[in-house]
Amino acid sequence: MNDVHHPQNEAEACDLIRQAASNGTALSLIGGNTRAGLGNRVSAGVVLCSTGLAGIVEYEPGEMVMTARAGTPISEIEASLSANNQMLAFEPVDHRGVMGTQGEPTIGGVFLSNASGPRRLSAGAARDSLLGIRFINGRGEAIRAGGRVMKNVTGLDLVKLLAGSHGTLGFVTEVTFRVLPQPESEATIVLSGLDDATATRAMAAAMAQPADVSGAAHIPQALAQTLPDAFGKTGALTALRLEGLSASVAVRAASLAVRLSAFAPVATVEPAASARLWRSIRDVTPLQALHDQPLWRVSVAPTAGHRLIAALRQQADVDALYDWQGGLVWLQIGGEPQADVLRRTIAAVGGGHATLIRASADQRAGIAAFEPQPAPIAALSTRIKAKLDPAGIFSPGRMAPDAGTNLWLAGRTG
Amino acid sequence: MSQTIAFLPPRADVLSQRARIIADLADLLPEGGLVHEARELVPFETDAYVAYRQLPLAVALPRTTQEVSAVLEYCNRHGIPVVPRGAGTSLCGGAIPQPDAVVLGLSRMSAILDVDLENRVARVQAGVTNLSISETVGPEGFFYAPDPSSQLACTIGGNIGMNSGGAHCLKYGVTTNNLLGVTMVLMDGTVITLGGSHLDAAGYDLLGLVCGSEGQLGVVTEATVRILAKAEGARPVLFGFATSREAGACVADVIGAGIIPVAIEFMDKQAIEICEAFAKAGYPLHVGALLIIEVEGSDAEMEAMLAAIVAIARRHGVMTVRESQSATEAALIWKGRKSAFGATGRIADYICMDGTVPLGKLSYVLQRTEEICTGFGLRVANVFHAGDGNMHPLILFDANDPAEAAKAEQAGNEILKVCVDVGGCLTGEHGVGIEKRDLMRFQFSDTDLAQQMAVRYAFDADWLLNPSKVFPLDGRPAA
Repeated sequence: MNDVHHPQNEAEACDLIRQAASNGTALSLIGGNTRAGLGNRVSAGVVLCSTGLAGIVEYEPGEMVMTARAGTPISEIEASLSANNQMLAFEPVDHRGVMGTQGEPTIGGVFLSNASGPRRLSAGAARDSLLGIRFINGRGEAIRAGGRVMKNVTGLDLVKLLAGSHGTLGFVTEVTFRVLPQPESEATIVLSGLDDATATRAMAAAMAQPADVSGAAHIPQALAQTLPDAFGKTGALTALRLEGLSASVAVRAASLAVRLSAFAPVATVEPAASARLWRSIRDVTPLQALHDQPLWRVSVAPTAGHRLIAALRQQADVDALYDWQGGLVWLQIGGEPQADVLRRTIAAVGGGHATLIRASADQRAGIAAFEPQPAPIAALSTRIKAKLDPAGIFSPGRMAPDAGTNLWLAGRTG
Repeated sequence: MSQTIAFLPPRADVLSQRARIIADLADLLPEGGLVHEARELVPFETDAYVAYRQLPLAVALPRTTQEVSAVLEYCNRHGIPVVPRGAGTSLCGGAIPQPDAVVLGLSRMSAILDVDLENRVARVQAGVTNLSISETVGPEGFFYAPDPSSQLACTIGGNIGMNSGGAHCLKYGVTTNNLLGVTMVLMDGTVITLGGSHLDAAGYDLLGLVCGSEGQLGVVTEATVRILAKAEGARPVLFGFATSREAGACVADVIGAGIIPVAIEFMDKQAIEICEAFAKAGYPLHVGALLIIEVEGSDAEMEAMLAAIVAIARRHGVMTVRESQSATEAALIWKGRKSAFGATGRIADYICMDGTVPLGKLSYVLQRTEEICTGFGLRVANVFHAGDGNMHPLILFDANDPAEAAKAEQAGNEILKVCVDVGGCLTGEHGVGIEKRDLMRFQFSDTDLAQQMAVRYAFDADWLLNPSKVFPLDGRPAA
């Protein structure tokens, strides 16, 4: 069993890290651990957990800004925001269902994995909402980066660098982020029975309209059956979400429905069912059942998603669903480990990257969970890591592919 | 001006090799790609922060990424500083050269390479102007959202360097939120590509780190930016208040009520008079402060949002509410606002501050700004992006009076200190450059700065890229 440390304040965490650095003890940095298994295996005997650093520090609804300690449960954040009719704009993915994990996701974990849901299309990713952080570097020094205002170009943006770094660059203790008012109303336009290519064209057409679409997803027939409210009973489902003032949503929904009726029969979904549908898309529930197959998350240009899937289907059985207008593809491939085929095909359809989200220990062996980077970028990343974590103690291996372990090690002496 | 801001001392070994460097660089570039005659260098001696001027060693004007790479590789090998330059519209001295530096001007790389409407991205060379992207995609119903006031002239490469904002970023975000990919050249000549047409880049968020790095990490030669569908309609509305305090309180209440217009611009009496005299935009002259609030969407949406905003404005004693009645009138309203800096320049010399403050502190900071400037016997005009708290006090002075110029600089520094003290920052969208470099310790501890500088070293170990900027000259760590 690993040693697990739960520092209760920043000073305690600084001490722990300083000691670990001087002893050369590797630390696996975690929050609520609901994304355990995301990334490559970490070679560390000691766990440093942020859940002891919990609580909302400052919340100014009138300024649309909240500061919270990194280990604060998302549920607490969302309850507090909801009481003020506000929300996290980027709709963080709850990975528990799809990864088969338990526990409480933390706000720090959300930003460190840049876990962005359907509204990323219109309101930006988690990293776009993150305004400031406090973190401890690999020397045990507490660092402040960014601030609490939206426009800020004072110095290098270490905030973005740390967002999505999966606990490999610093131990984040506090986050300050922008929030948005909850929309007064929402509605979803659904098109039924489209194949992936036509659905992609329909979504692109919707995004070209002045309709302010805040979600655009397509769930092919094979997966649509599992959606709530019997959404999939008439086959594949293409969904476009509109949010805002009630009067405005109604006007935009009517005009978008007319525009899209050229593609397929159109229906409009009421607010409550719309919310359930998008929660299901956000959390990838249609792919929760098949835990024996690896689950991949792929990011490509919106119109390349369906071409990727079509090309992969020439070689294997594939289940996929599309968010972000077709550019975010969640997929499972039957058969042998398939990282190389998948990544070659992504390159062939115009580029992007694939992340292994869930797999058994056997399946995971030999697969780089994150997209291997071209040599100059890998080398640059290694140099950057060495400047934040000179002793190489933070979650070693998690973001570097096995093949790149030597690169990371080389960075320690650089 | 007082010339109080120091540059790094020129490298004697570089100056002594000037003739050879010029000959070598000329070999790396096509005919006419290297500028080195003194009189031809004059246009590059400063940027829009005109208080400081220095001629560079030479100016390279490459046409391709490969030429940029060749120049950087050469300069890196010989220890020659490089100052990247777009259109030279920096308000903080970000593009001001130094005598031992080669200016790398991107103005000849101004092609729009690809417009992909289905994926809603445009791939452009770094030297294209901000506005030309919107002009290119406009007829198809799209636009590029960040819209700095200098958008007619400023380049996308410069926008990336400073993470530029503009009036409409309250809804659409700043450059970093609208940038999906770059091709850039590192100081050693290595060409890398970050991101692409997809919505998130792989690996560490190097794109986020590069955006706003003020030419310190590399030279961006191409960018992939998001373009968005234009709203059905947009309507700027003028709200006149008796005082700045009431206007500031109205802004905080509008945002607090969960209403996010596309833009909320603020002008005080001084700014209204200056802009109206220049642009004849029809601004009310009997008010003490003016808000330009723009709503967009369908008619129904604009009506609903405006009704809510007007109700809030009435609670703050709004004196006049005027909707633009035509597209021409709407364009005039924006012309007045966007010409604020130019119009001010016609009546006096000025320095423009760029601090951002939390919305609840707007009124307080406006009051302190007035007090500080009055204390120095100076006039100030305030015109800024109120919705996101990004303030632009224009401190008026006479550049021919060195004592007054020094006072203006001091007043500016004090105002920025107030911005930081209330929880804000030194610069919202103009950048640190040389202007705010020596104020960085107002905002960051030595440890914070050392960490930023360490990351900078990972890109440019010999500190050759734009070396006199952003970080205080003292306290820089050894490589």
